[in-house]
Amino acid sequence: MRRVVITGIGTVNALAQDVPGTFAALAAGRCGIGALTFRDADRLSVRIGAEVRDWAPDLPAARMPLYDRVTQYALVAGAEAMAMAGLDLGLGPRGGVILGTAAGGISTWEDSYRAVFAEGKSRVSPLVVPRLMHNAPASHLSMAYGLQGPVFSVSSACASANHAMGLALQQIRAGVADVMLTGGSEAMLCFGGVKAWEGLRVLAPDACRPFSLGRKGMVIGDGAGVLVFEAEDHARARGAKILAEVAGFGMTADAGDIVAPDPDGAARAMLAALADARMAAGDVSYINAHGTGTLANDRSEAAAIRQVFGTTPPPVSSTKAMHGHAIGATGALEAVACLLALTQGVLPPTIGHQADDPDCPLDVVPNLARQARVGAVLSNAFAFGGLNAVLAFRSA
Amino acid sequence: MTVQVDMRAEIEAAVIEILAAQLLLPPYEIAPDARVDDLGLDSLGKVEAIFALEERFGITIPFNANEPDLPDFDFASVPGIVAGVARLIDQR
Repeated sequence: MRRVVITGIGTVNALAQDVPGTFAALAAGRCGIGALTFRDADRLSVRIGAEVRDWAPDLPAARMPLYDRVTQYALVAGAEAMAMAGLDLGLGPRGGVILGTAAGGISTWEDSYRAVFAEGKSRVSPLVVPRLMHNAPASHLSMAYGLQGPVFSVSSACASANHAMGLALQQIRAGVADVMLTGGSEAMLCFGGVKAWEGLRVLAPDACRPFSLGRKGMVIGDGAGVLVFEAEDHARARGAKILAEVAGFGMTADAGDIVAPDPDGAARAMLAALADARMAAGDVSYINAHGTGTLANDRSEAAAIRQVFGTTPPPVSSTKAMHGHAIGATGALEAVACLLALTQGVLPPTIGHQADDPDCPLDVVPNLARQARVGAVLSNAFAFGGLNAVLAFRSA
Repeated sequence: MTVQVDMRAEIEAAVIEILAAQLLLPPYEIAPDARVDDLGLDSLGKVEAIFALEERFGITIPFNANEPDLPDFDFASVPGIVAGVARLIDQR
């Protein structure tokens, strides 16, 4: 079976619009959450989020009418990843793209509905369909780089990006492609996106405090993470710099409740990722948690981690307190955080920590980043619908 | 101004009707002093019931699923919900 490595990464998120800025912010424990600024935000009861600020992407003006923000974020993150990987055009059918998104071009839906329902207009832009479709970010990346192999989108709510990366890994292992651009993109911070989440009563009004006593829920974020997954033989043959190995992937379903998490499903996904990576639990030196900051997730995830790792699990942090919960892109932002740990030996902290929660007995790297020797990491994603997707990465 | 006695009766009837709809029970099976946990209402049923109360009375109920013990609004029993809704109608 071909080994798969990472040769490039790129990101746009509330902390920064590139990898160096994001690494610096994660290491500094900076928070990207602030007051929401989009249209009609004053009509929401929850008014904070991790928005991408001062967005002025360097994309061709003539193409912009085709690009919802979800596509813009993916294109900018993808360009950074491709440049880092040093890949030029010409992969053709041996290259592909699999990206996760939960809401796709939700702002395009919103703007169009507003036009016809609220403003009484009789027509919408002719480009609405190609803008809003979930596969738009993946397709535009394929066009930008001439990737003609497996290209599609994956949607599994908060696990979308991890499922996408797991499938990308499998394409290369199966010999279908040599290089896959993968990760996720999300642009849900618009009036309708937040209004929908408000109804579930799980959003925090003030801050995201994963695993901490006094946590009040999740905070939504926007952004994209795009990673270049490449067959190790292909990367070595062209002399590419290898950042880390994509060692394994595990996915399970709770087949239980549509929103309430089940620790057993999460634990089985972690065990499946370890088995796929031929890794023992003791090899793992850091876990990037799903860690949404809700009562239910954090309690369930802590139980699942202790089910897999026993009473002395490795350090666990949730970087969502910094970049927000980017829903279908969040796994990709968290993969970038894992690369900070793997390439620089920096464990990003769980900021906003106030006091240990006895229901979450974990070392959550509270508030301050930590230096550590990192050989292997897990990255968890658990979605509404009871879907669990866990990736295992190993240092190069 | 405080909510009148007949208004409280109306609120109580609405709370019972809304809980009954979520629980797929006839309203007469929900006692006026029933506790919500004893009724077996799950978390989604709870947020749907809160939404229905907000729509019925034009109020905003300060309920966050991450703070179930929030003292601002007692969702533990029918009398607690009735009192909370009455207070929010007063403040409307």
